[in-house]
Order: sequence, then structure tokens, then C-alpha cells
Amino acid sequence: MSKHVVVIGGGVAGLEAAGRLSKVGFEVSLLEKEDKTGGHLNNWYKLFPDRRSSSEVNEYLDRISINGQVKLLTNTTIEKFSRNKTNLTILTNNGEELVADAVIVATGFDLFKSSRKEEYGYGIYDNVITSAELEEMFWKNNIALVNGKEPEKIGIVHCVGSRDEKVGNLYCSKLCCVTAVKQAIEIREYLPESKVFCFYMDMRMGGAYYEELYREAQEKWGVSFIRGKVSEAGESFDNKLVIKVEDTLAGRPLKMELDMLVLMAGMEMSEGGKKIAALGGLNTGENKFFAAADHHFGSNVSNVEGVFYAGTCTAPMNITETISHARAAVSEVMEYLKDDRK
Amino acid sequence: MNIEGKKAIWKDYQKEIADDKYYYVRSCVRQNFFPGSETAFLKIMREELKKDVYEHPCHTSCSGIGYHSDIVPVETTMTIVARQFAIMTEAGYENLLPSCITSFGLYTEILDTWHHFPEIEEKIRVQLKKATGREFNKPKNLAHASDVIYKFRKEIAAKAKFKLINKNTGEPLKVVDHIGCHYAKMFPSKGVGGAEYPFVLTGMIEEWGGQIIDYPERRHCCGFGFRQYLVQANRGFSIACSKEKFESMKPYKPDMIITNCPGCPMFLDRWQYVINEMEGKRYGQNGEGIPVFTYEEVAGLVLGYNPWDLGLQMHQTDCEPVLDKIGIEYSPEDKYNTKINVEYSKNHNLINV
Repeated sequence: MSKHVVVIGGGVAGLEAAGRLSKVGFEVSLLEKEDKTGGHLNNWYKLFPDRRSSSEVNEYLDRISINGQVKLLTNTTIEKFSRNKTNLTILTNNGEELVADAVIVATGFDLFKSSRKEEYGYGIYDNVITSAELEEMFWKNNIALVNGKEPEKIGIVHCVGSRDEKVGNLYCSKLCCVTAVKQAIEIREYLPESKVFCFYMDMRMGGAYYEELYREAQEKWGVSFIRGKVSEAGESFDNKLVIKVEDTLAGRPLKMELDMLVLMAGMEMSEGGKKIAALGGLNTGENKFFAAADHHFGSNVSNVEGVFYAGTCTAPMNITETISHARAAVSEVMEYLKDDRK
Repeated sequence: MNIEGKKAIWKDYQKEIADDKYYYVRSCVRQNFFPGSETAFLKIMREELKKDVYEHPCHTSCSGIGYHSDIVPVETTMTIVARQFAIMTEAGYENLLPSCITSFGLYTEILDTWHHFPEIEEKIRVQLKKATGREFNKPKNLAHASDVIYKFRKEIAAKAKFKLINKNTGEPLKVVDHIGCHYAKMFPSKGVGGAEYPFVLTGMIEEWGGQIIDYPERRHCCGFGFRQYLVQANRGFSIACSKEKFESMKPYKPDMIITNCPGCPMFLDRWQYVINEMEGKRYGQNGEGIPVFTYEEVAGLVLGYNPWDLGLQMHQTDCEPVLDKIGIEYSPEDKYNTKINVEYSKNHNLINV
């Protein structure tokens, strides 16, 4: 009888892990809280750095997870999660009890709720939007203000909810800089007459071809990068956004009127992940993500025997890293179950 | 602008405000700047709301201005504050009610420091005991006087004789609110509505019939900023700050400004006079200035108190345009008369006269 592995979360990491586990012969159950798999990838239009369509990656993940014997349970959350001597038991919100030989937690991340950075006025001032909402506009092929007009001056704020002691997130979300660069280029492509300003602390372009994309944004698309944090956003008498920034390279404060402000929301431990951590007694780190057993050679291993981690539930990662991390989790599960340790 | 977004934030920043038995500590400077405000507050609390508000003659300055100006060392300031707590404790009170925003901020900061560093609190207890023989309990509740007026804003509205409505147009008066920095900027959770979109004054104004203006420089410094004014060479920055705000609020045609800090109304009021003297520029409607009030003064006006008993004759940007809009009757002849019919020395070249 083949071993049963439960994968919690049907995003990039979960799909990759479930598909790979199934391929090597495990019985796999994939639990997804939404009505379809794909996670955040479903909301993203094009991906950095090569700007391929996100649907290409989604198609690959569907292919790999459908091949084989993955039992997909959508609209499913976990109500109980316990370990006895030989296996793990999961009770779902639908009343189904799953007994697993191993579990991969792939609960991903939540986007930082931008309204928590009150000074940026998200949810208060029209035309302050998040990076995710801009992707939605790209999908609809319609970058527009609330009044339906095309924006002429657009500001992009980096590090919203990342590297920010005030909101309790000291870590870098790692992907927001390159997302900002990608989105700035896309705005300029869609609205050639527009002006785009990125307000950053540091440009963290630590991925393959990120730096090249950053250079392209400046040289080809004329995106302005201003080193300084936006301190506040307000609204002028004629309903334009007014922002205050310190331009730390010029060494002076800056006040600017904009039509649209895009907030690069960072990544946080997901609410679903927090719930599972509490139910299963899984350790979390100072950054509130799941704490792996070892940072260097145990990044998939949890503190509970038979439970492994895959993807951004442990730290911010891009899709390439997430897929690699999921494959590593599969490798850990194979190692764990190879000797019939039950 | 989406008011629902603000309401969501306001919901997150509600604080506990004691509802009776207050130990009131006055401000060093407010009785000079706006001499009727604290008297009006006590009258409202004791006579209108029937609350127990206790004052003690041995209460001193909290030394906050000295502390923020780097003149008084923090340990000295803490010991002075510990003495205030000791007097409160001896009087049998637990709910500290400062009149001054800087005092409120200082008490909040010290209590927070002691919470995180109990060894400092212990050291201060020893110092106070050695210096004065006194011991103290920390306040059970710390609320600024504007918090308390906010808490009872509906009760005040129920007794109101006037609303903040233009009697000629029936429209709500347009009001600019300005919160003292030390109210919520250091500890947003200690201010009603938080630091970015404070609700404490907005709540009063809306309850009393007015309408708050959101303008781009709403968060900008009033012009006091301590060093900007206390260091004489910096005073150009002080007036420049105030001017920045006036320029920003002018297009919204505000009828008045309400504040909850000792410094803010002082600078927003006096600098309008100075700008008028320097540049002949006024920021209100019809060539007038924008009258600036403390929250106690506004509460007093709403309750029908005599404007001159509230000390409004001491403003340098005169308040008459607002009184006329609301329909409050007043005697111009009595403006500078004391209650025993002695005439105050008059200010000259006032705005709005």
C-alpha cells in the first residue's frame, strides 16, 4: 500500500509538491481553501524578469498536478491537526478525516494589508491602489483612475509593510523591488505619455536578470527612481494625490502631485498558516513565517516529525525558488518515508 | 475621499477614558495663552456634567518643555512627574487628567518607559523618596482633557444652545482640526483615532454640527515644533510652517480652526496676525483671518457661555466672524472689560476687528 501524503495549500509550492509526490507513487491529497488552485499566481498578469504570462506557469502546474493521482479537495480548511505515534490526522471543515504518513505545509503568504500603513491613505483616498490591484488592471487592459481617466503621473512606493519596524516586519519581502520595476515598465508601455516615479529605500535586484530589468526601466522607459520613503499621502483641493517624500540623494524634502499611487505590498505569513501553526504546534520565527529546523540544510523540515514545509510559508521567495523549495520538500518526504518508518 | 476607510481606522484606535473622579493637572502656559480655557473646562465638567474633578495647589510644571528642549535631564523630569503622581495618590485619585498635550505625552512616555524598564521606575521611586519622602501609585487611567470632552461630546450636544452651523446658510461650519504632536504621534494607540487620522476633535465637531476639512497639509507642524520657536534664530521656520498650513487650507474656505494643544492655537492664531503685518495677507473669507479656538472654548460657545468669559478677547485673530455665523450674541462694549468693569489694555491692529 502506498504512503499517503497530505499537501496543505494549492498555490505554486503545493501544486508542484503534490504533482511530484504523485509522480513518484505516493497517494496525495491536496487541500486548497479557495475554490480553485493557483493561489496568488491567478492574480498576477505577467511575471518578472522575462514578463512571461502567469497563465503559462499555471498551465504547467495544472499539468504536473493533474498527472497522477492527486486527490484535490477545494474549499477545504483544517479544523484539527494532530500527530500520534505513527501518523498525522487532519480533520477538515467538511468533516473529512485524513490520516497521513507525512504532511507538506505549503500555505504560502498573504499580501500585507496596505491600510495598515495609514499614512499612505489606502482605502481613504481614491486612486491609492496596491500592486495586486494594478495587476488586475493589466488583466483588464485598463489602467484607469476612479473617474475613468487615464493617469498621467504615477508613483510607486516600495517596501509597503516590509523592512518596517512600525508594522512589525523587519524582513525584506524580496520581490517588491523587481515587481515595481516590472509594473513601471508595463505602465509606460500601456500609457506611453505617462510619467512613473519609484520611491525606494534600496533597490534589491538580487535575482537573475533583475538588474538588467532595472536598467531597462531607466534607459528605455525613462522611469524615475527616487531614493526616499514616502512619508504621507493626502488629497489636494482638486482631488489630486499629494505626497511628501524625502529625496535622500538630493538631500531635500519633496512634495509632488500624482494621479495614482501604487503600493508595493509586502509578504506576510498567511492567516491559514498561522492557524495551522497553532493547531499543529509548529514553530514560527521572529518574522512570523514557519521556522525551519535549519536555515541552511533543513529549510523544509519542521519541529514536528513527518511535517515538512514548501515555499513562501517559510520566507518570501520568487516562483523559481518556490518551485525548487517544493521539490526539495518532496525529496525530504521521500527520504522520510523510504524505510517504512511507520 | 472614502470616509468608510477613516472609520475603519478610528475603530482600531479607541482608548479607555475614565468617566469620573479625575485628578486635573493644569498647563504651565495655557493660562497665559488662552486664559479662559481651563476655567471653562472645569465649569463644563463640574457644573454641566457633574463630575468630580480635583486640583491640588502643590502641583507643578511637569517640566516637559524643558525636557523636550534638552534643558531638563530625563531623570529629573521623571522625578518631577513621580511627585505629581504622589500628590494624586495622596489625594485619593487614580485618573490623571492633564490639560496640556506635552504633559500628556510626557506622562505617557514615562509610563511606557517604566513598563519596559522597571529598574528605572524603581530608581525614580528611590529618588523621590529621598528628595521628598513621598511614594506614589501610577495612574490607573491617563486621559487628556480633550479625550474627556470627546467622551462627553454627546452630553454636551444635548445641552447645547448653539450648533456649529452657519445660521444664514444652514450649512455646517467648515472646521480645520489640528492635534498636538504629543497627543498621538509618539503613541498612536493612546490617541482617539490614532495619529494619522485623529478623531478626538473631529468627533466633537461632527457631534456639534460642524464639518471637518481634510486638506493636504493637515499633518504639517503648527509652527511651534519647540526648537523652531524656542531657538530664536529658528523662528523664521516657525512662521513658515504655519504659513504653509494656512496656504494649504485656504481653498477649502475654513470658518475656524480647533486645536487641543497649548502651542498650536497660540501659533496658528498669533502668526496669522504677524503674516498680516508682514505681507498684508489673510486666509479667511472676506478679507478676514481664520479664528482659532481651543476645544474648551468651542465647547463653551456651543453651551452658550459668554465669549468674553471664555477669554476670546485674548485671541489675536478675532473670533467675531464665527460668533456672527453661528448667531451667538455678544457685547462689543464689554469685550475688554473685566467683570468688575476695569478695562483691559487693548491689543492694536487685530485681525477681523
